Amino acid sequence: MAETTLGHANHTAPRPHGLHGVAADWSSDQRAFKNVSWGKAMMWVFLLSDTFIFGCFLLSYMTARMSTTVPWPNPSEVFALHLFGQDIPLILIAIMTFMLISSSGTMAMAVNFGYRHDRRKTAVLMLVTAALGATFVGMQAFEWTKLITEGVRPWANPWGAVQFGSSFFMITGFHGTHVTFGVIFLLITARKVWRGDYETGVRGFFTSRRGQYESVEIMGLYWHFVDLVWVFIFAFFYLW
Amino acid sequence: MAQAEAQLHGDDAPASKVGHAEGQQHPIRLYLVVWGWLFVLSAGSYSIDYFGLQGHLRWGLILTFMMLKAGLIVAVFMHMAWERLALAYAILVPPLLILVFVAIMVLESDYTELTRVLSFSGS
Repeated sequence: MAETTLGHANHTAPRPHGLHGVAADWSSDQRAFKNVSWGKAMMWVFLLSDTFIFGCFLLSYMTARMSTTVPWPNPSEVFALHLFGQDIPLILIAIMTFMLISSSGTMAMAVNFGYRHDRRKTAVLMLVTAALGATFVGMQAFEWTKLITEGVRPWANPWGAVQFGSSFFMITGFHGTHVTFGVIFLLITARKVWRGDYETGVRGFFTSRRGQYESVEIMGLYWHFVDLVWVFIFAFFYLW
Repeated sequence: MAQAEAQLHGDDAPASKVGHAEGQQHPIRLYLVVWGWLFVLSAGSYSIDYFGLQGHLRWGLILTFMMLKAGLIVAVFMHMAWERLALAYAILVPPLLILVFVAIMVLESDYTELTRVLSFSGS
């Protein structure tokens, strides 16, 4: 019985698919998410709420940019770097994008090796993910420093609409915070994998429940979400 | 343990095999292919700016690359493609409401800009 409420995939009887399956799952008077553990379902619900937070940030940025009568600063020039004797547009942002995508790739592979009980590969891949994430935050700190020394403030900047600064610091700041917390949790989870906590069933630090390798996948969900948010920020703030 | 050993040799398992015995089991190759595609799409996004495309072509390409990347990440990396529809709909449908909000704020910001032009640009 405890298995049914706490555990994950242990449903043997085939369940209906398609829309009929949606209706059957939601009306089954037990739990709607049949083969997903509570931990994974709650991470998804948290990510949904985070989607609304970032959605509202991007929305307020859109409103500010559409309603201002002053020209918006050109991100292509603002974020250009002077390298090899020429100005390359957006090059730092492009590198940051590739780093975050790579960290998503290593994270996805870490989840896979976790389910295969390959502790060494899982932990190493998670540490690589954390290192790429930390580098991303470092480059963001560099970018902030550069812009601040050039005179960008939340209330003013040298190139145009004042809302540019407040939108920039708000959106990238919140995203950077998410990445930072992701790195911290990656290190904690990688340590637990390395020690073999999920093999021996040591009680965990957050909920004091016994962990499984699903914890790695749930950690991965958060990390991929951070990457996902960056896809939208890159498109709307830096490229638009 | 026997299962763990069996899974070590699972690299060449078909991609369609959905292992719910213990979590999500897919061949590593799948992740590498998606990773490669994400690189290609990001390079595409960046080249929009690098080559300085403008107008509807620019916005259309930005949105296309963005949605393709987001779709790949959610479907494969986050395993949404293998989840039951009850979860997928519960998570993926509510964000569509943001689009309604976008429509409202587009109208609102047009109005705000018009008011600013009419009332504050005369100096």
